Amino acid sequence: MFIVLGIIILGILIGTQIRSSKAPSIISKLLNAIIYLLLLVMGIAVGGNEQIVNNLPTIGLKALIITAGAVLGSAIFAAVLYRYLFKNRKAK
Amino acid sequence: MKASLTIVAFFAAGLILGLNFDSLAQMCSGELTRYILYAMMLIVGIGIGCDKGALRALTSQSKRTILLPLGTIVGSLLGALALYPLVSSMALNDTLAVASGFGYYSLSSILLTEYRGAEIGTIALLSNVIREIGTILAAPLLVRYFSPLSVVSAAGATSIDTLLPIITRFSGKEYVIIAIFHGLAMEVTVPILVTLFASI
Repeated sequence: MFIVLGIIILGILIGTQIRSSKAPSIISKLLNAIIYLLLLVMGIAVGGNEQIVNNLPTIGLKALIITAGAVLGSAIFAAVLYRYLFKNRKAK
Repeated sequence: MKASLTIVAFFAAGLILGLNFDSLAQMCSGELTRYILYAMMLIVGIGIGCDKGALRALTSQSKRTILLPLGTIVGSLLGALALYPLVSSMALNDTLAVASGFGYYSLSSILLTEYRGAEIGTIALLSNVIREIGTILAAPLLVRYFSPLSVVSAAGATSIDTLLPIITRFSGKEYVIIAIFHGLAMEVTVPILVTLFASI
C-alpha cells in the first residue's frame, strides 16, 4: 500500500519541474473531474454491494459519531492553542 | 455548500446505478478504483509540487502556526477515540483511519476502499463529507463557544478550499494565511496517517 505514497511523492517531484503559472488551475480542474468520476464509481460499487446497502443507516450513524468526536476534539485543541498562543498576540 | 451537494449527488447517482445494474457494479468494485486512485494521487502530488506559493507557505511559518495542524491531528484522533465505545463494532484502527481523513473525503475514502474494503471506504466518505458540511453549518457556534481557530481545525484539510470563505467570514481575514497553511499541512498528512492506521 506504500505504492500510493510513492506515487504522490513522484507527483510532487513532477510538479516542482512545472514552470507554467496556469498549471495549478488546470490541475485543480482535472482533480475535480477525477473526484466526480471517483464518487460515481464508488457509488456504483456500493450500490451493488447488498451488505452495505442493507446497513447504510448503521454505517451513516457510525460516520456521524466518528465525525462528531473528531470535530469536537479538534475544536477543543484549537481553543486551547488559541488561548495560550494567539489570544494576546495579533494573528498573522 | 454547493460543492458538498454536488458530491452527494454524484455518489447518490452512482448508488442508484449500482442498485440497478449488477454487471456495472461488478466492473466498478475491482481494479477500476485502484487505477482511479493512482491517477488521483499523481494529480494531487503534481498540484502540491507545481504550486510554488504553497510550497513556500509550507516551509516559512512561525512555530505557533505549525502547532495548529498538530492540534487538529491530536484533537481529531483523541475525539474519535473518546467516542469509540459508541462504534465499538468497528476495529479501533479503522476508526482512527476514518478520523484521519480530516474532511478530505475523496482521498481518504478511496484509500480506505482500497486498503480495508467498501464498507470502511463508505464510512470514510460519509464521515468526511459530514465533517465538511457540519463545519460549514457550525462555524458561527465554533467561533462563539470555542475560538476563531477552532473553525480552521474543525475544517481539517478543507480549510484551504471549501471552508476558506467561511473562515474569512466567521473567524476573520487575519486567519486566512494560517487556514491555507493548515489545509496544506493536513492534505499532506491525510495519505500518510490513513495508510499508517490502515496497515496496523
